[in-house]
Formats: sequence, C-alpha cells, structure tokens
Amino acid sequence: MSVIAPNFKLSEFIKSLLDNAFWGVLLMVLVGIPAVMMVLFFIEMPVINGELLTPFLALTWLADPSRILPVVHAFMATDMFRVMAFPGFGFAALLAAGTIFVERKMLAKLQLRVGPFYCGKIEGILQLMGDGLKLISKEIIIPAKADKPLFWAAPVIFVGAAAAFVALIPVAPGWVVADVDLGLLGVFAVIGFFPIITILSAWSANSKFPFIGGIRALFQMVSFEIPLILSLLGVVILTGTLNLSEIAASQSSFPWIVFLPIGAIVFFITMLAELERIPFDLPEAESEIVAGWLTELSGMMYGLVQLGTYLKLYAFAALFVVLFLGGWNGPMIVPPFPAEILTDGIVMGPITAKIPGLPLFTQEMLNGTLWFVLKTVGVIFFILLPRGVFPRIRIDMLLNLGWTKLIGLAFVNIFIALGLLYAGVLGPGGLQ
Amino acid sequence: MTAELPPGLALQKVDERIMTLNVGPQHPGSGHMRIVVQIDGDYIVACDPDPGYVHRGEEKMAEYRNYITNIPHLERPVIHDSCNVLYPYVLGVEELLGIEVPERAKYVRVIASELNRCIYIMYWLAIYGIFLGHSTMFMWPAGDRELLIDLMEKMTGARVTHAHFVPGGVRNDLPPNFEDVCLRQVNYFEKRIKEYAAVFYDNPILISRTRDTGILSRQDAIRLGTTGSVLRASGVDYDLRKKEPYDVYDELDIHTNVMKEGDSYARSRIPWLDMIESCKIIKQALQKMPKSGSVRVKLKPNPKGKNETVYKRVESGRGSLGCYVVSDSKPEPYRVKLSVPSFRNLIALPYLLKGEKLGNMPSVYWSLNYWPVEADR
Repeated sequence: MSVIAPNFKLSEFIKSLLDNAFWGVLLMVLVGIPAVMMVLFFIEMPVINGELLTPFLALTWLADPSRILPVVHAFMATDMFRVMAFPGFGFAALLAAGTIFVERKMLAKLQLRVGPFYCGKIEGILQLMGDGLKLISKEIIIPAKADKPLFWAAPVIFVGAAAAFVALIPVAPGWVVADVDLGLLGVFAVIGFFPIITILSAWSANSKFPFIGGIRALFQMVSFEIPLILSLLGVVILTGTLNLSEIAASQSSFPWIVFLPIGAIVFFITMLAELERIPFDLPEAESEIVAGWLTELSGMMYGLVQLGTYLKLYAFAALFVVLFLGGWNGPMIVPPFPAEILTDGIVMGPITAKIPGLPLFTQEMLNGTLWFVLKTVGVIFFILLPRGVFPRIRIDMLLNLGWTKLIGLAFVNIFIALGLLYAGVLGPGGLQ
Repeated sequence: MTAELPPGLALQKVDERIMTLNVGPQHPGSGHMRIVVQIDGDYIVACDPDPGYVHRGEEKMAEYRNYITNIPHLERPVIHDSCNVLYPYVLGVEELLGIEVPERAKYVRVIASELNRCIYIMYWLAIYGIFLGHSTMFMWPAGDRELLIDLMEKMTGARVTHAHFVPGGVRNDLPPNFEDVCLRQVNYFEKRIKEYAAVFYDNPILISRTRDTGILSRQDAIRLGTTGSVLRASGVDYDLRKKEPYDVYDELDIHTNVMKEGDSYARSRIPWLDMIESCKIIKQALQKMPKSGSVRVKLKPNPKGKNETVYKRVESGRGSLGCYVVSDSKPEPYRVKLSVPSFRNLIALPYLLKGEKLGNMPSVYWSLNYWPVEADR
C-alpha cells in the first residue's frame, strides 16, 4: 500500500479544535453580536413593568436565566418546537446526518480505505456539509421534455412524506409530534405513498432510464408492502392497539422481538427493500440503469431526495425500535437532577447563581430518549452493514423472495401471535 | 425510386412493446463503447455492441516508426496488461532481426508477464464488483493490486506502462534483492486472493446472480472463436502457454484451469484461478532463473528486418493475443496487425444476451473479459 493517510495525532486534533473555536468566536463577535444589536435598534421597543425595553436591557434579559428560562419553557411547550426541533425534523435530520457520516467511515474501514478525511480536519466530519454546499450551488437542469410541475414537485413531496413518517414516531413518553390513535395505520398510509412519488418523479422526467427505475421501484415497494404490513399485525394482535406510543409503553418488561422474532426478521428484510438499500437497490442499479429514477434529478433536487431517503431510513429504524425493541423502555441510567441546585443554587466561589425553572427535561424523558437513540443507532448499523457484504440481487429473485417466502413467514408470525394470545401467555392476564 | 433498399438501410418495424436503450458511451455500465439493447419489459430481445469510440490507429502509427520506437505506443491498448500486449510484437521482431535472447532475460520476461497478468485480472475483478453492485469487491482487488504494481515499479521503473520488453531481452536487469522481495510479496498476494473465495465467490447472492446466466456451450465457444478465460470456462482446455510454449514456458509446470459450466460464474472464476496459477509460475521461474548473466542483446542502431512476415501469439490476460508483422527490409515495419482477444470475445455478447434479463447485462458483458480500448486499438 503506497498511499496512507496521516495518522491521528492528539496535538493536531486539539489544534484543529482551537482553530475552529477561534473562527467561531471571531465570526460571532464581528457578525453575530452587531447583527443582533442592529435588529434590536430598529425594533420599536415596548414598555414592560414601567421601564422602556432598550436593546441593552433585552440583552441583559437574554443572559438572565430567571427571565429567559420561562420563555424557553413556553417555547418547548409549543407545537412548533415539537415539529421543528425535538421529536420532529431537527432531531431526525441530526440522526440522519450522523448516519451518513457513520456509513461513510464504516464502509471505508470495511473496504480497507480511509473514507472522508480532510474536510473539517477531524476525520472528515464536515464532508456532509461540503456535499450540501456543493449540491446547493449546482445548477438545476430539467429535461426539455419533462413535465415540469410534477418534476419539480416530486422531490419536495418526497421529503414531505418522509417528514410525515418521522412525525408519527414516539421518541420518549409523551414526546411525539402527532400522537394519533391510529398511528400504525398512518405509517402504512405514508409507506404506501412513497411508490406514488417515485413513479411520479420517474414518469414526469420523460426519460428511459428513470422510467425503468421507477417501474422497478414500483414493483419492489408494492410487493414488499404486503409482507411489511402482515409482519406488523402480530404486534397489533398482542397489544390490541394501533397507537405507537401505547405499543411502545406496552413493552415495559419484554420487547416484542422476544416473542415474535420471525416478524422482526421479516420486517427488517422488507425494511431494507423499502429503503432501496443494498442488496435491494435495484431502482438505483448503477451499472444497469445509471441511477434509476434519480438519473435526471440534479443539484438540490437530488439533495432533497437524499435527505428524504435518510429521514426515511431513520424513521424505519425508529419504527423497528418502537414495535419490536421496546421503544424508550430501558433501565434508568440517567442520574436524577440534583435537588440542591433548585434550593441552594450553583455556588461558584463568591457568586451564587440561583436558577429557577430548571430542569428543562425530566429524568424519564432524558432516559427514554437515550435508550431510544441507542437502539435506533444499533438498528441503523445493521441496515448499513449489508452494503459492504452483498452484491445487488435481480428483480425476479427479489419478487420471488417477497411473494413466496416473506409473506409465508409473515403469516407464520401472525399464527404465533394468535397462539400466544389464546394460550394466555400474553395479553390480558398474561405476562404483560 | 425502387422499394428495394440495401439491408442496412431497410426500415425496421416499430413494435410498441420494444424499448431501445443506448447503454453507453456515457453510461456507468458500458466502458468506452455502446451497447444498443432492445428490451421487452425486463427481457433483452436484441443486443448490438458498437465498439470503436477509442480507436487510436495504433497499427497505422506503427508503420511510421522503427522497430524500437514502436514499443511504447504498442502497449497502449491495454496499459494494465502492457507486458503481455508487447510480448508477441517483441517475439516477432526478434525473429525478423534474427536475435537469440539470453536465458536470464527469458525468465525475467516470464516473471514480468505473469505479474502483469495478475495486475490486469485484479483490475478486471474490481470492475466486475462494481458491475454487480458490490463495492467491497471493487476496493479490495484495487488495493491488493498495489502490491504487484509496486513490484513492477521496482522492476521496470514505471507503475503501469512499463515498456520493459525490447527485441533481444528486457530493458534493464532486475534490481538487487528483487528475488526475495518478489517471493515475499507474491506469497502474501497468493494468501490474500485465496481469501477472496470466502467473501466473493462463495457469496450466495453473487452465485445466484451469475450461475446459469449467459451460458456459452462448448460448441458455440469454439464456433464463435472466443479465447482465453471465456473458452476455458466453456470446457475447452486451451492455453497458449501450454499448447504453443514461447520463451521458457515449456520448462515450467503449468496447470490449465478449465470449468465445464460456461456460465457467467465460471467465466468470472477462471481468471481468479489463473491468478493463483500465475503465482505458482512466478515462484517456479524465480527458482529456475539463472542468477547472473546479461538480459539484453546489443542491437545495431536502427535495425532492418528481413524481407518476410511473422505471426506470433501469446496468452495474455484475456486470451490469445497475436501480432502479425510484415517487413520489407526497411527500418520501419511495413504493417503491424494486432489480433486482439477482446474483440473475439465481444462477438459472443449478442448471442449470450438474447433472452436474458436486463439485470444480467452488466455481469454477462464484463464476464466476457473484454477490454474496450484493446478491441478498438
């Protein structure tokens, strides 16, 4: 091996951290603070408690925890926070970005190479950001014969559908964007919507390779939806509910994978097919049909589809966790919030900071989120792993697998669930 | 105007069900060529390979240069297999000039040729991995190929285009201590490629992708004139190193790998078996090679050939590669014709792809051991 990337050095690592911190502080001082001051200067300030709110006072309030914490609490109670940040889009996008990074580095280690290394100085951590900037700055080219409105709309609808999927996932007790009673049916509806978007995008491009890719995607998704839905019915039979939060809560003592391993395996395989991951990446088979239904997408349209794909990957992994691995349930490993901070405040030498309004999150919520993230990351790892091991399979083998083997196994799983229910092992009066 | 048109210009009946796909020349799964594929649903009804996008006129160029200056550009058609491409030309010119090659040079040539065969097959295997959608199968051979490339760099001074064979021997003697380094690296390489069986060739998905696809029967393989690994995968025991030994191949113990299936799997496995065989040949040659002696005969400046023609052929990484040199007593050859194995193997492609599924196209195409640049010359 002649080309070896430089070894990891602690001194260079610290130096790069200091470099990045320096630029962060510099940008904040030169751009951030003046910008905030300018905005505050031009806003007409209200009178609160008899005193005029000046920019200086506003900044003081921002630094005063007793005034800012209630605002934060109020913001966290809003739907906007739930949709944009925590259980919704922001959290999912963060995990998706982590997934892409881990995928690149893990695949590189598997294939005896280094992977992204230079961008961001620390193990190529900013590579994804670079990719995003590249995709944004590229020109969007639309084929002359394409059906333009549909072609434009498809990537956006794709991300929208993936985000709708994310909205149904309960992350911690009470932390879910849309807590609907028919949550699992909603999931089926969203999954059923993806092939429509795919064929819409492929057909509107009016080009041969996207068309073949779209038809393949349609075949694959529609024929794998049936075993997917059937494999989840076992869980529904045992819990008697379609609400995902209740399904997760029902697994406080045993995750369902203990009783329904066949269902979990069937769901995992169908999940790989729905996500178009290797070995089921036929709709994007490079050597046969260029990039399948993504061929004509360029620039940020392609970027949006990739974002949607990885959001979908996170959502499927999270669904697997919620249905089979017990969701947020797990031993309490997060330490309780120290009560003396509430009563005595934080003593720092001569200064004592009294911070009312803490803690921001309860212990249960933090613990639940931690277990949920750990399990999801584990499932995502196993979704990524086949990419380094398997070649792509052929469409007839895929359909054969879906229609004969997986559907049969899904029915076996349903019979196991029914048997457990009627034998009284599980269900009302049973173990759970 | 008569209704009679020449066959090539006759209008074809348009079938609504048939879709024509241009796979290439700008397609990740084609190489420097185009395959016009007509598909009915997922089945290929007709296939028309269209090479010629990288024709560089190597044969015409050879008519304007003398016998020595022809060397660097005649190895260009397959730079990954450059020693083997040059081998028949050098053998032919030696016969035209009436040169006797020293014994040590013959062994050095054999070692270089076998190393180059391994380098070529590793590259071919890497691309085969890409065509099957197996990214690890691309990275591992591409990485392990570096071992042998470093070895060739030590031997010839160049990583890929060596221009090492000259009429009368090889350009330079082996560097000191080369035998030990070569033995060590080849031993490691042999151990490493045997690991490939577990990861690639015994992989159930790879077997189900390639087994029983694109079957070329023994009769068809002979009738279509295929050669090399394609011919041997169809059950024909044919290896020029054994059938028409050149240089010192008759003194070495060579085993020819033959498989009877004739499908894509056999065609992809034979080159890998050939690599293991090449490692054994290299080790034998290192043992039998004279430890000292000259490696090159001193040539007259601007040598003139006899007024005759020669045809020499060798077993390259893809099959029998022939070179036909016509001389008219001038310093430049009158005509140099390369008879390349890639083009012969390509002829089988339309027969193999007819009735196959579109998903099998890349694996069948690349299993033919075809190198587009060599076919165009």
